[in-house]
Amino acid sequence: MNKYKKITLDGLIFQNPTFMLVLGTCPTLGLITSATSAAGMGICVLVVLTLSNIIISALRKVIPNSVRVPCYIVVIATLVTLVRMVLDKFVPDLYESLGGFLALIVVNCIILGRAEAFANKHTVGEAAVDGLANGLGFTVALTLMGIVCEFLGSGSLFGLHIMDFTIGIFAMPGAGTFLVYGLFIALFVYIIDNFERSRRVKANKLSRENLLKEEA
Amino acid sequence: MAVLIAIILSAVLTNNFITKQTYGICPFLGVSKKTSSALGMGVAVTVVMAIATAVTYPIYTFVMVPLNIDFLEIIFFIFIIASLVQMLEKIIQKLSPSLYNSMGIYLPLITTNCAVLGVTELVIGDMSHIIGDAAMNMGWAVLYALFAGIGFTLVMVIMSGIREKINYYKTPKALSGFPIAMITASFICMAFLVF
Repeated sequence: MNKYKKITLDGLIFQNPTFMLVLGTCPTLGLITSATSAAGMGICVLVVLTLSNIIISALRKVIPNSVRVPCYIVVIATLVTLVRMVLDKFVPDLYESLGGFLALIVVNCIILGRAEAFANKHTVGEAAVDGLANGLGFTVALTLMGIVCEFLGSGSLFGLHIMDFTIGIFAMPGAGTFLVYGLFIALFVYIIDNFERSRRVKANKLSRENLLKEEA
Repeated sequence: MAVLIAIILSAVLTNNFITKQTYGICPFLGVSKKTSSALGMGVAVTVVMAIATAVTYPIYTFVMVPLNIDFLEIIFFIFIIASLVQMLEKIIQKLSPSLYNSMGIYLPLITTNCAVLGVTELVIGDMSHIIGDAAMNMGWAVLYALFAGIGFTLVMVIMSGIREKINYYKTPKALSGFPIAMITASFICMAFLVF
């Protein structure tokens, strides 16, 4: 059980794909102007990532090592095509707002990265948990930034109008989203650093006390 | 002529791939630490974008649409781009080893670059906001891809110049690395908003 807990924590926080590894930046910067489309993108990636991790992990003994990357790309491209068709049919509004970035999930580094770094070495269960954790980490990060950007840029929250004061650069991809993303990474790194330092200090103190006890 | 000017201005300045559409950010942040490598990456991306569009556009219009398999575009395009990049790498390696040494190392990275897949997807979609009523054809598509690549290179080089200077200054620990690069990029985007 401990193993699954570690995979989950790594995906969500310590190896968070958006803030710690800075992967999959194009959809992040392009879509966080609206919290709804950011969350929608996150969920699409979550679905594709989990399914591709499961399939690649299940096929890891079948796929020859020398042609593994083209094989992964076929799996991912098929899944993206399926997700795109489903969205087009059932959620056309979201399909419109995601635009070109929906097809670009194929070249999202997070998905190929997890396939290469994790899914082809681990069991199906572990790969599924890893996909869910990383996808969730991506979704949460995007939604948080989406809320900030949408609040500043359009004065609304998930499409609900709140205030009339708006700042133009946050309403479109580019300047505003780069700024928000950069500051969010800085904040996240700062918090994680402080957390790890306090944990290390605590561990040092404990070991020193144990040493003193043993000496006594 | 008007269409040509519209395409050039739109692709290079107003709808710049990095500052406006946020495509191809991974190489933009990853390979922009030195001006020479930024220029090499930019040129490699430009070449691949133009060639990829020249191959995918006719395949899409003359093969996939008549056969009603246009829903397979993502799978087809990513395969064409991947094999094209591989082929280009081999050709450059054979023809000009010196060019391969300076540009070849960037080629494998380009397969998973959103800018290349992005431009091939863009030109088969609705382009009326740029070319107006003129009919879309292969020439415009390749020109658009070429100038989008030039716009990409332009921003890459500007960014790398600024990042070389940033190295001389001390930044707070939490801000060093990616965050300061993002904030720099944000200011470049603001400058591009002028257009």
